[in-house]
Amino acid sequence: MTANGWFQIGLFLLVIFALTKPLGTYMARVFNGEKTFLDGLMRPVERTLYRLVGIDERLEMRWTEYAISMLLFSAVSMILLYLIERFQTHLPWNPQHWPNLAPDLAFNTAASFTTNTNWQAYSGETTMSYFTQMAGLAYHNFMSAATGIALAIAVIRGIARREKATIGNFWVDLTRANLWVLLPSCVLIALFFVSQGMIQNLKPYVTTQLLDPQTAQVTGADGKTTQQKITTQVIPQGPVASQEAIKMFGTNGGGFFNANSAHPYENPNPLTNFIQIILIFAIPAGLTYTLGRMTGSQKHGWAVWSAMAALFLAGVICAYTAESRGNPLLHGTDQKVSATQPGGNMEGKEIRFGIANSALFATVTTDASCGAINGQHDSFTPLGGMVPMINMMLGEVVFGGVGAGLYGVLVMVILAVFIAGLMVGRTPEYLGKKIEAYDVKMAMLSVLIFSLIILVFTAIGVVTTYGKAAITNPGPHGLSQILYAYTSGAANNGSAFNGGNWNSPWYNVTMSFDMLLGRFFMVIPVLAIAGNLARKKIVPESAGTFPVTTPLFSALLISVVLIVSALTFFPALSLGPILEHLLMNAGKVF
Amino acid sequence: MTITSTPGKKSLWTSGIIAVAVKDSFVKLNPRTLMKNPVMFVVEVGSVVTSVELIKDLLRHNGNFGFELQITLWLWFTVLFANFAEAMAEGRGKAQAETLRKARLETMAKRMKPDGLLEEVPGSKLRVGDLVVISAGEFIPGDGEVVVGVASVDESAITGESAPVIRESGGDRSAVTGGTRVLSDQITVKITANPGETFLDRMIKLVEGAERQKTPNEIALNILLAGLTIIFLLAVVTLQPMAIYSGAPQSVFVLISLLVCLIPTTIGGLLSAIGIAGMDRVVQRNVLAMSGRAVEAAGDVDTLLLDKTGTITLGNRRATELVPAPGVKEEDLADAAQLASLADETPEGRSIVVLAKEKYGLRGRELSSYAATFIPFSAQTRMSGVDLDGREIRKGAPDAILQHCSQGSIRAPHEVEETVKAISNAGGTPLLVAEDRRVLGTIYLKDIVKGGMRERFDQLRAMGIRTVMITGDNPLTAAAIAREAGVDDFLAQAKPEDKLALIRNEQAKGKLVAMTGDGTNDAPALAQADVGVAMNAGTQAAKEAGNMVDLDSNPTKLIEIVEIGKQLLITRGALTTFSVANDVAKYFAIIPAMFAGAFPQLMLLNVMGLKTPQSAVLSAVIFNALIIIALVPLALRGVKYIPAGAEALLRRNLLIYGLGGVIAPFLGIKLIDLLITHIGLA
Repeated sequence: MTANGWFQIGLFLLVIFALTKPLGTYMARVFNGEKTFLDGLMRPVERTLYRLVGIDERLEMRWTEYAISMLLFSAVSMILLYLIERFQTHLPWNPQHWPNLAPDLAFNTAASFTTNTNWQAYSGETTMSYFTQMAGLAYHNFMSAATGIALAIAVIRGIARREKATIGNFWVDLTRANLWVLLPSCVLIALFFVSQGMIQNLKPYVTTQLLDPQTAQVTGADGKTTQQKITTQVIPQGPVASQEAIKMFGTNGGGFFNANSAHPYENPNPLTNFIQIILIFAIPAGLTYTLGRMTGSQKHGWAVWSAMAALFLAGVICAYTAESRGNPLLHGTDQKVSATQPGGNMEGKEIRFGIANSALFATVTTDASCGAINGQHDSFTPLGGMVPMINMMLGEVVFGGVGAGLYGVLVMVILAVFIAGLMVGRTPEYLGKKIEAYDVKMAMLSVLIFSLIILVFTAIGVVTTYGKAAITNPGPHGLSQILYAYTSGAANNGSAFNGGNWNSPWYNVTMSFDMLLGRFFMVIPVLAIAGNLARKKIVPESAGTFPVTTPLFSALLISVVLIVSALTFFPALSLGPILEHLLMNAGKVF
Repeated sequence: MTITSTPGKKSLWTSGIIAVAVKDSFVKLNPRTLMKNPVMFVVEVGSVVTSVELIKDLLRHNGNFGFELQITLWLWFTVLFANFAEAMAEGRGKAQAETLRKARLETMAKRMKPDGLLEEVPGSKLRVGDLVVISAGEFIPGDGEVVVGVASVDESAITGESAPVIRESGGDRSAVTGGTRVLSDQITVKITANPGETFLDRMIKLVEGAERQKTPNEIALNILLAGLTIIFLLAVVTLQPMAIYSGAPQSVFVLISLLVCLIPTTIGGLLSAIGIAGMDRVVQRNVLAMSGRAVEAAGDVDTLLLDKTGTITLGNRRATELVPAPGVKEEDLADAAQLASLADETPEGRSIVVLAKEKYGLRGRELSSYAATFIPFSAQTRMSGVDLDGREIRKGAPDAILQHCSQGSIRAPHEVEETVKAISNAGGTPLLVAEDRRVLGTIYLKDIVKGGMRERFDQLRAMGIRTVMITGDNPLTAAAIAREAGVDDFLAQAKPEDKLALIRNEQAKGKLVAMTGDGTNDAPALAQADVGVAMNAGTQAAKEAGNMVDLDSNPTKLIEIVEIGKQLLITRGALTTFSVANDVAKYFAIIPAMFAGAFPQLMLLNVMGLKTPQSAVLSAVIFNALIIIALVPLALRGVKYIPAGAEALLRRNLLIYGLGGVIAPFLGIKLIDLLITHIGLA
């Protein structure tokens, strides 16, 4: 650990803190239909869009209509992506002539991008045409992020409104999230990335002569290995900068290249690295302020922010500490920090970014359901790798995915105020809304579905041949790989304990359901809560009401988030990373 | 008499109740009953599974019989202990019901036939609308309303209060309750409830828990507990494949032990006992709540409407000061005031006599020795007094006396008018005393605020409850008393429709309103209020409109009901938190024990240093079962309620039940482990 490392982590949180209010205020204005500086540019576009597809922007929806619109939109978009992947040979911008995707991989990828997961069972640079990347994947990066924001806004409206049957118009929220929030920002971010050396072209891949030719062992078709001298390298090209902007800002995380943000073209320098991490947390953090503003309790927004920030800090401290502490099994190797080496355990880290930035990136990308990586989580120490896993198991509520983080944490808030309400002797209330059986039922349902899919899929995965086929390391680490995968899918994160072989029909299909259930079955109970809360009267606050604006509330929220997931996943974790750590200390590695 | 006005004094552990409860614990094992409690049902299913496995192992002569037997037994004990808790709560209710039933004797009633003649019919044959005549010494055969006559009635069977009460036709004291006894006189009563629906019947059902419906909060909590149970079920069921992968498959006994330890058995086992005991506490305070929902709503009350007279102030005003007019000696004023009041039997009148005696040494005189003519108070003159030896002494409302005097030659001095105004402003009632149409001075009648009211209102404020005083007084008087008593607001010159309007207004703002009332004209407001407590002495209309009846007719009791309502929720919340917090320690006991064989390194997680894997599992299961029994008294009594703001209350309860819930099982399991390894059970 270095002072510089801690400074960067501190600076990161400070920037997020500074961004929260302006972004949150702006989003509140956008979704309240108040005036913004982009109105002159975007209103005509917006109106034309509505006229083209025949949408009445004043029409308000009940939660069921909102949910159905969202599901229909997602289903149609998913089918569209599937078709693009299946027919990319007939579509333009395929200079490398990548073949059409197999049905299971196409289905998996379509589910993955529709759900904002961006689980990638393929390598971008050897699978996807530029057209598929842009019209298929980037389209979903925008739409799934905008859907997440729309859902969060609808849920906030449900809390803020009194005695109303409706929670907004899905099409309007979706359109505004794109036109006012995502698109303009991403244009600017992409331009900035280009200025930093990120590529943006539609050219065929470039073949260059190696300065230092290599000799490699190649296994031929007959099974014989031969020595082969390699003198050239193919360098993939593509519209990377535009893809990268929304990949981070929309917490999508699907890399253009397989190496994701560890690839120099996707993440050219420490500055772009820092900006990328900021982009992951920007909207999720801002939405807590939007929550406060739209519900008229700004302090509550900050209380939620504080709880999230505390959980983030706990994660990053654990990850950074675990990764900095060298590997105990490497006796006699100098692992000390010095002018020429960052020290500690560099395995799985990008040499350009070092331990602090890898630990920070790993924590942030799994706190939010981003899933982009600049290091290899699989190669982290057992405890360092457990941090990303736990972050996802918390339900992606530590800032979380765009929108998804906010509505996810609201489920936890409802459980927290329910317990708190009982303990202060009043029917639990949340910002003036009574929390009753229906709300608790829906909140529990949401928590239940999450645990169910992760645990059941993992349990099946570790005892079946199909499931175990993906494992590349035996022992507890193999369990971790499968547990990580299904957690990542259910939490709509998309990162993986890579090294696993995930492109098999079994994983393509089960992961698809894992992701789809993790997104849509979790969101429907949440929308139901929003619809139910919107109908309720507001009970005025009194000294007897448990305040949701104080540090005590933040502490309670943290406890509920931790306890719910810790109690659910402790047995699985103890056989995975915990056991692996204890075995490593005993000198046994996998 | 079980129902007494001194609550909480009786022992929780009466041997008779325990014996019945133990028997009931086994009866309640019936899965159909237990199904209503998902948490305990899972434990029962678990116990059945381990029992079957135990028998199988016994026949096959494999397995660790001693360990498996102990686990199985303790799992059954867990279910039995939870059943016992519920049976205890019910048993205490039933004991109360038994005494009530004794009051519900089969009585013969004298029913009035349409022709006015009386016929003897059994009480059970009476129907709503029948007229019955009850004479001294007879029991009242059913609930009803006095239509003719006045009688003193012994209501001790219901209220536990031995002093007889007056019940008369008309007015606000007309309701009588079946099972009570007429002590004097004869009354005609119109029956208002069919047999089986009377007050006594409802009360019996209530305390027995027979008609207990789950309250909204209880339902919500049950959903939470069921959800947690399913999650833990998932965690345990999916653990086995992971254990198989890791090469350390687990026995059914250990897996079920882990499951039972994780699911919230503590709160699941005590939940219904808490609810029954909560109602029981309400009944112990001689309040009859129509439903548990009403008691729970009381805990949520935001605004409390309290009648001034009888609730905030002592019922009667008292003379506290005499202010003579200029040129009048204080003794003369006292003398005249006392003479004018000697025949005045009202509490105010008597307080004037007492004041004159205590402060001025004037003895009450026997007026029969004088040629005195008393002038009683009348609504027209609004004065009373005495004509005595040619002296004409009058006392009364200031304007009445002034009008009376202005007919004569002497007018009231300016100073007297000042005094009158000052007394009114201070919340008192001024009375003027005049002799021979000359104003002698002013009597200061003061509303006496009951002792301790200010503290109670401060507590209520801390709890977030706003108190509103309702009074017929003018705004000035009302404001002064409100200030003295420390209420938050007042409604002066209140008419019944004002009360109703105030309640609606508060409710429109989303607040829950509680009030007490007794008169027929209170009925609409009682019905409108979220919590309406009718006085038992009040009219039938009031009792039907409210959702609670206070048998002691003590309006201050509303405050206690609010506290019981809150206590009920807090007890549930606290035990839920405790139950879930316990899981942390149980994980640390069981998980290392499960995998110690395959991975000795995991014993690092055995932070309690439990002796063997078997003793660890067993200790956790035993702790889990015993904690239910240990917490039965807490569930039945309710956690201690301290009137305080939500934040302070939550911090306190989180510390005790949250943090305490994390720490306690570490100690408990370690102790049990030491004990059972010492005596060689594991």
